[in-house]
Amino acid sequence: MSAAFSKRQKAGQRLVNVAAGAALLYIFIPIFVIVLFSFNEPKGKYNIKWQNFTLKNWAHPFVEKELTSALWVSLRIALIATVVSTILGTLIALSLSRYKFKASGAVNLFLILPLTAPEIVLGSSLATLFLNRSVGFGYVTIIIAHIMFQISFVAVTVRARIRGFDWTLEQAAQDLGATPSRAFWKVTFPLILPGIMAAALLSFALSVDDFIITFFNAGSLVTFPLQIFGASRVKISPQINVLASILLFTSIGLMAGAMILGRRRERRHAGTLSR
Amino acid sequence: MVSVVSAGKKWGKSLSSRPENVGLGVMLGLGVGAVALAAQWVKGPSAMLVAIAMLAMVVGLIYTAFAGGLEARKSLAPYGLLKPGMIWLCLFFLAPLWAMVVMSLSSKAGRFDFFPDFTWNFENYRIALTKFRPQFIRSFSYAGIATMLTIVIGYPLAYFIAFRGGKYRNILLGLVVIPFFTSYLIRTLAWNNILADEGPVVSLINKLHISGVFESLDIMQNGKLMNTPAAVIGGLTYNFLPFMVLPIYVSLEKIDVRLVDAAMDLYSSASQAFRKVVLPLSLPGLFAGSLLVFIPAAGDFVNAQFLGNPQTTMIGNSIQDQFLRQLNYPVASAMSFVLMIIITIIVLIYTKFMGTEDLA
Repeated sequence: MSAAFSKRQKAGQRLVNVAAGAALLYIFIPIFVIVLFSFNEPKGKYNIKWQNFTLKNWAHPFVEKELTSALWVSLRIALIATVVSTILGTLIALSLSRYKFKASGAVNLFLILPLTAPEIVLGSSLATLFLNRSVGFGYVTIIIAHIMFQISFVAVTVRARIRGFDWTLEQAAQDLGATPSRAFWKVTFPLILPGIMAAALLSFALSVDDFIITFFNAGSLVTFPLQIFGASRVKISPQINVLASILLFTSIGLMAGAMILGRRRERRHAGTLSR
Repeated sequence: MVSVVSAGKKWGKSLSSRPENVGLGVMLGLGVGAVALAAQWVKGPSAMLVAIAMLAMVVGLIYTAFAGGLEARKSLAPYGLLKPGMIWLCLFFLAPLWAMVVMSLSSKAGRFDFFPDFTWNFENYRIALTKFRPQFIRSFSYAGIATMLTIVIGYPLAYFIAFRGGKYRNILLGLVVIPFFTSYLIRTLAWNNILADEGPVVSLINKLHISGVFESLDIMQNGKLMNTPAAVIGGLTYNFLPFMVLPIYVSLEKIDVRLVDAAMDLYSSASQAFRKVVLPLSLPGLFAGSLLVFIPAAGDFVNAQFLGNPQTTMIGNSIQDQFLRQLNYPVASAMSFVLMIIITIIVLIYTKFMGTEDLA
């Protein structure tokens, strides 16, 4: 764009910058408020109006027993559901990106459907199925539900990450005498692992945070979002904000760590290639 | 007996020469069988038969894989990898949809019967579409407005990250998805803090004496920002904004900057270059984003619950209320099914023109 910018164009550019800045601000204000209100000392039961700065809430983050145990329930469910769905979803992604076969188009469409169906439909219909079969609601039903929506998510994410993967590498390993399974585990798997890990992390986050589908399939079991929802009618304690902030900072740390690791890895690979 | 075995062998051989069809057939067979069993198309002894047939298919598959050698295994592999996940989706995504349709046509025999029976009861749909019409209309109009707002807010941001982000692109994208790292409910509750009657926004508006402007725009009602339609729409916009920014960014990022240069060299103005080059090329992302925002927004009930009032309930609130509180499963299922149909039609129209790639 070597042509000299007219005044109007410059004004337009500045407008875009300002709009983008405002959008980022909009994204951040509630996050800032969440962290800020973890330092609030509310009068009464609702942590809505700013009163006084205090560190008390951070000194006792786990004092709300029900909230803490709900968080553990959520983490446990997310761990199991993520392991299963990452395996199943990755297998689907491998199949779709590695092979050309009949019906791959139909499979693609079928995979998208759970992602595009409204959560309330997924949740209520699965609950109907469980009711029909008189399955008791609890851990198992929640985990089944989470795996269901995570599979599609993992499959689609991993497939996007390994698009353009050079499958001839695997063939080269086989030409050099590796068995197909050895070629996969020694060559392909390490290369696609970062994509799988990223998908797993995101789907873990989806599981911990899922409210609508869980709401229908939880029975009397209370996960972290369900606890917040239930409690919000009678009490909003600042500990909610403390735990949310802890989750936030942990996730940011994990993401930053993954980013730095990825970059280092890239550099190392670039090094080996140039040598 | 001998002839049966030899016929079996012959059949096996002809099958193993078309292993791909076997793989596809078995996958379809197992999928249909799984739905049949889970959704109770078959009961009792015939369910046993279906189970046995499914087992036979698996055995046949293993036989084909071993008899056909390496080639056969290679063409069976993709189906083998698909099967576990696909069967899970058949059991817990397709079968529930079937159960939901059946439930939506059921009715309770008596007042004290807990469980509704299937009776072709279309009355449920009449109730869903008349009694809950306001909720349907509100859902789709709130979701539509929220989608437009996410475009207005999200497009400049995606544009900025894609063309001016430079080496900070990844960090900026990370910032866009940061809201996802806090709980959805807490994010929504945070708007409660911001918009509260004694909160910062309302007091600023009052200090500037511009509440009249907001009242006339119907954003404020009776001097309040909270518990208004605007608050609900604002919450929806905020919560689903990243779903708009990311797909737009992806399609903008693919644009070859030289195309813009070429347009400029041919004496187009910046705004012309944007309208004729950049915008059309970013439309796939714009459409994908719209779908990804509109769908969850239309089915949401959290924002309406936390930020709205009884006059702003959406269809999600009604489904939730009928299902979990009134235990009126048939009407709740009918509403769910109507919502599902409307959204599926939108999705199918979209995929017809755009494919499924951009939705990832």
